[in-house]
Amino acid sequence: MQPRLYRVTRVRREIRDTCTLDMEPADGSPIPGFTPGQFNMLYVFAVGEVPISISGSPQAGNQLVHTVRAVGAVSRRICSLKKGDLLGVRGPYGSHWPVAESSGKGLIIAAGGIGLAPLRPVLYQVQAQRESFGQVILLYGARSPSDILFPRELERWKLAGVEVKVTVDRSAAGWSGPVGVVTSLIPRLTFDPLNAVAMICGPEVMMRFTIVQLNQRGVTDDRIFISMERNMKCGIGFCGHCQYGPSFICQDGPVLPFSRVRNLFGVREV
Amino acid sequence: MQMQTLEPILSQHPFFQGIDRQYLALLAGCASNVVFHPNEHLMREGEPANHFYIIRQGRVSIEIAAPGQGAIPLQTVGEGEILGWSWIVPPYRWHFDGRAIQLTRAIALDAECLRGKCEADHDLGYDLLKRFAIVMAQRMSATRLQLLDLYGVNDTA
Repeated sequence: MQPRLYRVTRVRREIRDTCTLDMEPADGSPIPGFTPGQFNMLYVFAVGEVPISISGSPQAGNQLVHTVRAVGAVSRRICSLKKGDLLGVRGPYGSHWPVAESSGKGLIIAAGGIGLAPLRPVLYQVQAQRESFGQVILLYGARSPSDILFPRELERWKLAGVEVKVTVDRSAAGWSGPVGVVTSLIPRLTFDPLNAVAMICGPEVMMRFTIVQLNQRGVTDDRIFISMERNMKCGIGFCGHCQYGPSFICQDGPVLPFSRVRNLFGVREV
Repeated sequence: MQMQTLEPILSQHPFFQGIDRQYLALLAGCASNVVFHPNEHLMREGEPANHFYIIRQGRVSIEIAAPGQGAIPLQTVGEGEILGWSWIVPPYRWHFDGRAIQLTRAIALDAECLRGKCEADHDLGYDLLKRFAIVMAQRMSATRLQLLDLYGVNDTA
């Protein structure tokens, strides 16, 4: 349960309320290995601790990367940290996206808003091993053009052979791309639904409607994976705050096969 | 010649999947190829809804004009999608503006021609109404999701 001390090496302001922190262990030791989809508990001294998905590449050397949306006291404090500041890190915890298990298959990666951050490690892995996968499609929905996360990397992923389709809920001057919810991109896709694995991360409502559209296209629940979010406190299955039916999101998730949680997904009280 | 060209295209479009073959010939009789250049309007709010469109290439912005704000884009409709349900809903006038934001090629189906055929053959009318009900339901569902502002303050992933 004891956090390790990490030092911030770089802070990037992404979009208006979102930042990305690069950090390294303060004692110079190697960072623990992680797999795409896992998270760390980030501890800001005297403020608190929050679970944040790892948003960097598993092959990025000794830098740990997290993208944080400043919506609460701890996350706002994280985004005000500067190079050289210290914070505590526990982890990595949780399950991972089935990237290696999807070798040879097509991938449909659907992200909504900040949900692109937990999926970015998947895209890094696809970029590094493009020949290991079939058709790879990234569907990304953002609030507006100025809320599009990682715009330069979206272009790099296109060059790496990923079909990148971005839509916004609200248009702005100069935007000539699609306007509408990310689910509206699915009916127009050309892909093999029998050979596709879907990985979805975003607001639960967005994931729910995305799954409906994917099912209608023939992607079955056993090949759909989602990243769930609940109030995580201990991160190690002790406190029960993140309980989701018979599962703990911190241990059995956050990445879960939809076939496993289908019956719970529509239950309002869970 | 045009009927022979467009009937196969209509028959292959998912929107008309399962439609009675005799109706395809009727529909093709009301169909024509059209092209819209960027910024050209396919429809204007309040004007007669004389067509619906099958977008074959390009993108159309569905917009509403607001005083002092100009044209506010609401949704876009792209390749393979159906544009326009006002033709089947009285008083058969467009509810929004539709502006091509790219070079857009479409098949235009003449509304007056189609409404006449639907009045003469209620089975055709019911079939088309069912298909357009799905389009309207999808657009309404998508609009409601947009209204939720899912990626607003509560989006923390």
